Amino acid sequence: MKNARNGRFAGVKAFFSVIWRNPMSRMGFLILLAFLLMAVLGPVVIPDLKSDYAHRLQPPSAQHWLGTDLAGKDTLLQLILGSRDVLLVAAYAGLFAVLIAAAIGIVAGLQGGIVDRVLMLFTDVVLTMPSFPVTMILSMVIRITDPLVFGLVLGLWSWAGLAKAIRSQVLTLKHREFIEASRIMGISKINIILYDVLPNLVSYIAVNFISIMKGAITSSVGLMILGLVPFQGNHWGVMIQVAISQTGALMGSASMVYFLAPVACLMLFQLGCYFFASGLDEALNPRLRS
Amino acid sequence: MPLVTILFAIVAMFIVIQNMPGDPVETLAAEISRTENLEMELAYAKAKSVLNYDPDVPVVQRLIGYLGGILRGNLGDSLAYRKPVLSLVLGALPWTLLVLSVSLTLSFTVGVVAGLFIAWKRKRWMNALLNLWQSIFGSVPDYIIAYLLIFLFAVTLGWLPARGPYSATVTPGFNLAFIGSVMRHAILPVLAYFLTTVANWTIGMRANALGSLGEDYVAYARARGLSQRRILIHYVGRNSILPMITSLAISFGFMFGGSPLIENLFLYPGVGYYLNQAIARRDYPLMQGMYFIMIVVVVLSGVLAEKLYTVLNPRLRER
Repeated sequence: MKNARNGRFAGVKAFFSVIWRNPMSRMGFLILLAFLLMAVLGPVVIPDLKSDYAHRLQPPSAQHWLGTDLAGKDTLLQLILGSRDVLLVAAYAGLFAVLIAAAIGIVAGLQGGIVDRVLMLFTDVVLTMPSFPVTMILSMVIRITDPLVFGLVLGLWSWAGLAKAIRSQVLTLKHREFIEASRIMGISKINIILYDVLPNLVSYIAVNFISIMKGAITSSVGLMILGLVPFQGNHWGVMIQVAISQTGALMGSASMVYFLAPVACLMLFQLGCYFFASGLDEALNPRLRS
Repeated sequence: MPLVTILFAIVAMFIVIQNMPGDPVETLAAEISRTENLEMELAYAKAKSVLNYDPDVPVVQRLIGYLGGILRGNLGDSLAYRKPVLSLVLGALPWTLLVLSVSLTLSFTVGVVAGLFIAWKRKRWMNALLNLWQSIFGSVPDYIIAYLLIFLFAVTLGWLPARGPYSATVTPGFNLAFIGSVMRHAILPVLAYFLTTVANWTIGMRANALGSLGEDYVAYARARGLSQRRILIHYVGRNSILPMITSLAISFGFMFGGSPLIENLFLYPGVGYYLNQAIARRDYPLMQGMYFIMIVVVVLSGVLAEKLYTVLNPRLRER
């Protein structure tokens, strides 16, 4: 048993060394790590921002590196504080989506027959309905109060593609010798799933987790811009929404910085996700290795 | 199968929308009782008859009524616009289809040609440029690009209009001024979609073309002394485009899904714009109508892509 656990740790180590060796995933990993540190440490170091109406909408200066917003709060500090909710929402969304996708994909692939057909019909229906509009409605039905619920709403409609992909992976795994062997040995289905099927899907799921996160961030900011999420808290989407709707950032006022700063952060984060996911894909998929 | 999907999707959406918080009848009843000085009960009854919507009827019964209405071409009446939903849907759909089909065609064509060219030339700097492009435009959401486009071309430079489908000075109809105005107004939305999607097609095409270029039939065609042009278009091009046809429908569906944001930004009166209005005003019939058309169009585009695939693939044509 102890040996097996060591084996699993070795797998994690190998995983990170693969990430590190590929230049693309290394860069993505570093970017994401930087944001992660920002999200974890930022709110610890920075005190709550106070409104200071005497110094509102200031251009960048030595005191406020990225200027201030329309309540006189420092833009840079808001960005750092906001990263926690951005990451949390995205990670929850990815987590929910991956859980649903893995459950449906694995069950459908292993069980086959009528179960498979019903689940795939369901998946096809979900896949047919454009996800953003559905998420718009869901955000009205489910009251979004915190990052967890927000993540759930975003994850509810972004698992279908992954579920189909996992199912087809399971179908190809199903008849490989080691799974046949487990089945003949009389190992229970749950154990086959946990110890034989899942480890073979981990890398694949990891890549998709990152891309779902990326999509979730796009949708979450989109929902905020449309004003559909009464989200109280620090989130880059809130900053962008306020910049557009209340400060006339697009009319070329001084608050352009206030609009561009979260956009740049968003872009950098998405870029990190993109690099990490495609580097990971390349590193883990021998066929793509150049 | 497509019909089953549509049916399931409509039912699912109907149930979700019916569970939205906030009762439109109550809202209107409150307004009526305030403005007409009626008692709440009377106002409620009046609101019900005005809206032709009764929350006391069980959901299943309402669903059956709704599905029956769809079969008869009746999608109900919009609460906010006081018009049949069907006429609003039919008015909105052309605008969305115009922008989406133009941008999809444009990005697909440019992507395919560029991908083929890059695969053929095998130049390092081209690949680097493509990767850079994809890194930038693949990581910024299309609505952010749209904001920046508005800021650059409409606000700062003043070259292009950023609001509405055509300017107020032209009369809609088949005349040059109107068509020109429509085209000018469509440029920025199309550009927003185009910039964010073109690299996907280029990368896909490059990968497929690189694969085809290594095939024996290409080597054989070269040995036969066929012209470079013929090999690229008829041998490599055709075989590399085929697998991308199915992605067309997926991409179309995805762009359709993004339309609420883009159209809201450009105040472009398409399906996404009205969907957004419907949600903001709690207009259930309009919401359902816009969803209905969205699902139908997305499913139809899938069917169309499949048809296109069989037409273009000679191996499937014989059967």
